[in-house]
Amino acid sequence: MKKFIFLLLAAVSLQAAAFAQSDKYAATMQKNLALFDSAKTAEDFTKLANTFERVGDAEKTQWLPYYYAGLALTTAGWMPTLTDKDANATRINALCDKAESIAKTDADKAEILSVRNMAATQQMLVDPQSRYMSYGATANQALEKAMKLDPNNPRLYYLQGMSLFGTPEQFGGGKAKAKPVFEKAVELYKQAKPKDLYPRWGQQQAEDMIKQCQ
Amino acid sequence: MRKYSLVLLLFVLVAGIDKAFGQTTISGKVFSKKDPVPGASITIKDTYDGTTTDSSGNFRFTTSEKGDQLILVTAVGFRPFEQRITLGSQPVSLDINMKEEVTELNAVIVSAGTFEAGDKKRAAVLSSLDVATTAGSNADITAALKTLPGTQQVGEQEGLFVRGGAGYETKQYIDGNLVNNPYFSGSPDIATRGRFSPFLFKGTVFSTGGYSALYGQALSSVLLLESIDLPERSEIDASISPIIVGAGTQQLAKNKKWSYGVTYNYVNVGLYFAAVKQTPDYFRMPEFHEATANFRIKTKGGGMIKYYTTVSLSDLGLRNVDIDSSHLKDAFSLKNRNWYNNLSYRENIGAGWKMTLGASFSTNLDKIGQQVQDQNNQPKQFSPQTFWMNAKNFKLENLQNLTLGRAVFEKRLGGLSALRFGGEYWHVDYRPKYNDTLFKQIDNYAAAFTEASIYLSKELAAQVGVRFEHSSLINKSDIAPRVSLAYKTGKNSQVSVAWGIFYQKPETQQLYYAPTSVGFTRATHYILNYQKIYNQRTLRIEGYYKKYEDLIKQVPVGYNFYSYNNSGNGNAKGVDLFFRDKKTIKEFDYWVSYSYIDTKRNYLNYPVSMQPNFVANHTASIVTKKFFTKLKTGFNLTYSWASGRPYYNIRPDVNNKFYVADQGKTRAYNSMSFSGEWVPSLGKANAKSFIVLFASVSNILGQKQVYGYNYSFSGATKSEINPPAKRFYFIGCFISWGVDRTQDAINNNL
Repeated sequence: MKKFIFLLLAAVSLQAAAFAQSDKYAATMQKNLALFDSAKTAEDFTKLANTFERVGDAEKTQWLPYYYAGLALTTAGWMPTLTDKDANATRINALCDKAESIAKTDADKAEILSVRNMAATQQMLVDPQSRYMSYGATANQALEKAMKLDPNNPRLYYLQGMSLFGTPEQFGGGKAKAKPVFEKAVELYKQAKPKDLYPRWGQQQAEDMIKQCQ
Repeated sequence: MRKYSLVLLLFVLVAGIDKAFGQTTISGKVFSKKDPVPGASITIKDTYDGTTTDSSGNFRFTTSEKGDQLILVTAVGFRPFEQRITLGSQPVSLDINMKEEVTELNAVIVSAGTFEAGDKKRAAVLSSLDVATTAGSNADITAALKTLPGTQQVGEQEGLFVRGGAGYETKQYIDGNLVNNPYFSGSPDIATRGRFSPFLFKGTVFSTGGYSALYGQALSSVLLLESIDLPERSEIDASISPIIVGAGTQQLAKNKKWSYGVTYNYVNVGLYFAAVKQTPDYFRMPEFHEATANFRIKTKGGGMIKYYTTVSLSDLGLRNVDIDSSHLKDAFSLKNRNWYNNLSYRENIGAGWKMTLGASFSTNLDKIGQQVQDQNNQPKQFSPQTFWMNAKNFKLENLQNLTLGRAVFEKRLGGLSALRFGGEYWHVDYRPKYNDTLFKQIDNYAAAFTEASIYLSKELAAQVGVRFEHSSLINKSDIAPRVSLAYKTGKNSQVSVAWGIFYQKPETQQLYYAPTSVGFTRATHYILNYQKIYNQRTLRIEGYYKKYEDLIKQVPVGYNFYSYNNSGNGNAKGVDLFFRDKKTIKEFDYWVSYSYIDTKRNYLNYPVSMQPNFVANHTASIVTKKFFTKLKTGFNLTYSWASGRPYYNIRPDVNNKFYVADQGKTRAYNSMSFSGEWVPSLGKANAKSFIVLFASVSNILGQKQVYGYNYSFSGATKSEINPPAKRFYFIGCFISWGVDRTQDAINNNL
């Protein structure tokens, strides 16, 4: 009996230690994901990206920290205050490389590709006339590949909608073309059941875009 | 319940331990060359602990880690920094000095003398598409480059006349291999197009001086063309216009590892010449057949094997009024056969080594017939007394073969610094047959070269090279050193200087009789360049001094018969300005070039040092491009201007010494050209075919262009050298079937 209690105790404390470790990861991630909402400047997002990258480097087996580090940098990348889009994209792609080497499922890889799509789009927008052949194609290929890997990822449709929305009607874009894509995104957002810590951004933005497409 | 109490207990325990040992504060500052580095990430390796520096580069965080730890600092644009620290109870203070990372994106570019063009290059001045949409160029690379400063508006012969240099002083290289006959063969006084379409190339470097030791045998300039790797898609193309019909296909393997392509074009200007009157009387309408084939293979190691070949056959015949007698005509006919092959192989061979091998074979045969004809177009013979008329009846079969091999090895030396070395070997086999006399000319040319690109920091870079050359025909060797330095004066601006010595073998016709009696001609370049690239605007100012030595002089021996020596010389100095702005006006792109040159040379038959007849002192171009997305239409307008060029009638006197019998200056050159493209399928998502309608008019205003004068034998009459027609019109339709990536890219991203 004594032996049994000892074993039980040992087992419980081991479990507790493991729990403590994963709890630290989850808690850190939760805390920093919450910061996404309060971050405002490009500096805030760079800081957030650094934190996520630190967590990723320490964990070694989690792709999500790298994904969020890349996402934070793309968020900064949309801001005009961040001037060197090429350097920013280089770092985002390096983070995506790390994330991809860990990610196992197609769905996870599709999420990472969505970050690559945004990074390439930001590079293309520096000089669309001369860059759409190179970075535009890179962005498009990333999105196409992602849609093949996970056709039900709502964020991919949101990004596709955004690019259609930003494309003049003469070039095959425009509100009318973008609207059904945003609607499809929202529909998929409603069905989606993301796991803890998994990406869930974009639904509000997609809904707002539908209003803008009216 | 018990489980949770245990966990709680554990937490209390852990917290207790933390308290017992306390937390350590780590703080400090991250800087580089005394400037703070904001946004740097500081981490204790393999832990969550760390922070990001603020705008002054300061940081502060606490950690519960103890003992020996590794501090890791990273920031965009800097090399990662590592430092071992021991954590105890005392706060740790760190001053971290980071070294800047030298990358292609932030480093200074050795740019003196160079215009780089390409789609991804930061310093790109023109992209491949720019070449096609430059009005007046009609998608001819050379014509588009003539809108850049440093070049002359020479329309009576082909070639790029750069900074006081003749056309033959510019050489073209494809993937490192010299191209022997880069232009189509044509008739006298009419410049022809280049043989190669701009769409074959992903990158173009046009050097107006001070170029790299990897290239040689050009006194003035080199044009380096880099062919595209794998195409982006499989497609079938067709083109149709009153002048040209063509078809081709490009097939990319599903695994995207290899591709092949073939094209065929037929050009016949008969219909066009019937509609638009030409000054010469064409008795055989210019006609071209041109076929090309290529394959490209991506190797396992990420290298590329590329092969490109083109065969062309052409035929033309035209009559002009004979200058020595108004009732006679000169009939010129030409049949050309050209076969060009280029093979290149580049591979990363590990440990920072890169290898590029190349081989090329080309053969070009021009069959030229020149005949004086009477009013009834019947051949006319002359007595030996009128030898100058007799000389106008001849046949020439000019066969030119070039076989070459080349190898270049590159070793990366950390950062962007690199060492390159290699060699090349050309076997030149020329067999011109003049009437029935065969002149055979064989030259084995060998060169070895080495060059180091040294980046001392991202602000300062040097390129130092030397080239050794030997030509068996003239049996001479030379050593050509080249040095360039570039210094970054601001975030977007830089200054560079270049110096170098350049050699070139005398031209073929100067080497028939006593090739070893002459040596290499020589030019020394000194270049100072300032460049600022910011926010889609490029400003470039370049000043240069060029010294010519050992130029070829001709000494009259008989009529049209000379001996040659190296006693010529000359110099050129000037300023080139270039400004391009893609930003200020939306969807409007323009560039402005202006050059001033002061040059004189004493060469060939010049009795004294004079300004060459192919040089205008002032040249300027304005190139504009505007695309209207609503109309799916682009309009391009180019205006080129050059001050008048000198012309001379140089002839031997009774003592067989050259003198200038007559001279003058041509009127200024003016040309306004227009082109437009309509892309109706633009915007049709997933369109299966892609159509471009293209139209252009060169010299819309019909301004009179005089390139120089031809003189009669007596010197009593002179006649203007004009283009064969005032204006040139082109209209064509280009269709491609296939999934068009460009289209997708526009759809998804604009």
